[in-house]
Amino acid sequence: MDDHHQSAETHEPWARPDDRAPVVEPGHTFASVTDQISSIVLTRGVQRGWLIGFGISFAITMLLLYAITMTVAVGVGLWGINVPVGWGFAIINFVWWIGIGHAGTLISAVLLLLHQDWRTSINRFAEAMTLFAVACAGIFPLLHLGRPWIFYWLFPYPNTMSIWPQFRSPLIWDVFAVSTYGTVSLLFWYVGLIPDLATLRDRAHSSIGRYVYGFMAMGWRGSAAHWHRYHVAYTLLAGLATPLVVSVHTVVGLDFASSIVPGWHSTIFPPYFVAGAIYSGFAMVMTLAIPLRWAYKLEDFITMRHLDNMAKIILATGLIVFYGYLMEAFFGWYSANQYERYLTLNRALGHYRVQYWALMFCNAAVPQLLWFGAVRRSVWALFVIAIVVNVGMWLERYVIVITSLHRDYLPSSWGYYAGTRWDWAIYIGTLGLFLALLFLFIRLLPMISIFEMRELVVHKEGELRAADLEE
Amino acid sequence: MQAPEPVLPIYGLMAEFDTPSQLIAAARHVRAQGFRRVEAYTPYPIEELGKVLHGGRSRLPLLVFLGGLFGGIGGYFLQYWVHVIHYPLNSGGKPLNSWPMFIPITFEMTILGAALTAVFALLALNGLPMPYHPVFNVPRFSLASRDRFFLMIRSIDPKYDEPVTRQMLFDLEAHDVFEVPP
Repeated sequence: MDDHHQSAETHEPWARPDDRAPVVEPGHTFASVTDQISSIVLTRGVQRGWLIGFGISFAITMLLLYAITMTVAVGVGLWGINVPVGWGFAIINFVWWIGIGHAGTLISAVLLLLHQDWRTSINRFAEAMTLFAVACAGIFPLLHLGRPWIFYWLFPYPNTMSIWPQFRSPLIWDVFAVSTYGTVSLLFWYVGLIPDLATLRDRAHSSIGRYVYGFMAMGWRGSAAHWHRYHVAYTLLAGLATPLVVSVHTVVGLDFASSIVPGWHSTIFPPYFVAGAIYSGFAMVMTLAIPLRWAYKLEDFITMRHLDNMAKIILATGLIVFYGYLMEAFFGWYSANQYERYLTLNRALGHYRVQYWALMFCNAAVPQLLWFGAVRRSVWALFVIAIVVNVGMWLERYVIVITSLHRDYLPSSWGYYAGTRWDWAIYIGTLGLFLALLFLFIRLLPMISIFEMRELVVHKEGELRAADLEE
Repeated sequence: MQAPEPVLPIYGLMAEFDTPSQLIAAARHVRAQGFRRVEAYTPYPIEELGKVLHGGRSRLPLLVFLGGLFGGIGGYFLQYWVHVIHYPLNSGGKPLNSWPMFIPITFEMTILGAALTAVFALLALNGLPMPYHPVFNVPRFSLASRDRFFLMIRSIDPKYDEPVTRQMLFDLEAHDVFEVPP
């Protein structure tokens, strides 16, 4: 037996005993994970911290409603957009929010297919984050239409005007990609919730709780037949969501790349956008996970192992994004095109150089700290880095949208851009909407997938028992 | 005189087990005894039970494939019909059937068709939503979504014989056996 162990250690270094932090702290049973997670929703009631957080974010949501009302009533003239910078905040924020959403799908779908069991305790709220981020993202292109009340013209429906969308336009691809993404994310999230809604139905004390959760659980009984089909459907949905998430940000990248604007007309855009989306999304998951695990005492479920793994993904995707920046600069020189060359120099030295170098600081320099294990083990350092990355990714979209547009081919049509207070109000307003929805979510639904935690407990127990037997 | 209330036959017998391995062993035994109308209830998916009780095959993947196929063909045809047949429009000198530019929407519609089929087929095949089911009449059954494991034998099973079946379930280390009212 000893010999066997020896050889396993020398020949298979990956088979060494796992000295990393566990994905769920030892000592948990089916009952304890069920009770602890469902108690957040069912028994702890409305707490002061929650009320304050929800109150503030709800107030900011009211700001959003006010700004939207003004925009619809007066028009997009309230915004900073004009010729030549016609895209402005609306597109920056759209791309930023959509990108944030992508980590949720990645965690729930890709890591499921790769059998990464550490995803289990973060996938539910990451999926919720996706859903709310897509909702925030969707607001911007709709308002940017200028006449949002006829948004349905974007969809192909038989109409008396006998006109159709131009299907060769990436902007119409966007309509299909984002609406499909929103729909599939919602379905995936809801399917994942059904067994947990049944758990809440069975645990709820109030008749309203039993009725509402029972209604939403649709009569789920957890029978072998149910679970069997459920498993098949859930895996298939994960398999469908994986290429979908790549396609969505590819299409967003194509919105830019298929134009002839200097700085946008580049083949690197789709892959570099996808990497940036995952990068910013994981940063947002981290930004949310750290306060949540502290406030709801979930350190047993969202362990340092999760934070460490997420930090490594942020570092890896951050390096891909940095490679993208380097390649953009390289293309500026190598293309020998005077407009590309001018654009590259203008980004680094022109009117928007502060944003450009701030972006480089946030996305290229700061994430390099994650190489150090000590940084990855410090909750505070991770929280600060995650926020810096969120800011950096917003600046990235700012630099891409604004610097390219404000210097067109014709110097006569050059101009400058700055967001107005209405631009800021809508942007900050969507942050409020996002947080308000998240607060409602953690109060009303289980933020960690309970049935998947039970599976995790079984697997961990099985491993422990096997280890005991060997000894 | 009031007519006596008709006595409905019970829905079945439900046995409660402490551990998943006891439940799996019991399900195997019951199947080997020739019972057909058997169902197990667990707090989390156990692949083994699906195989023992339902053969482990599902029509879902085929349905999802067909859903995706329908979405993809429909998506492409929509664009083809609009741009080639109904309203031909020269855009940048491209051919009317400029298929590479139709790929993104075709792809998205494939995913949408497949995903919608996966979810609605899952619900339909599982018979959800189902507002009433007799198993919920057993108070202990609420623990099936926590930490207990249940096996139910329907009274309409040809092999069903209440006292014998009940004794068999106890012999299989059942923690308790309940009658499930209809």
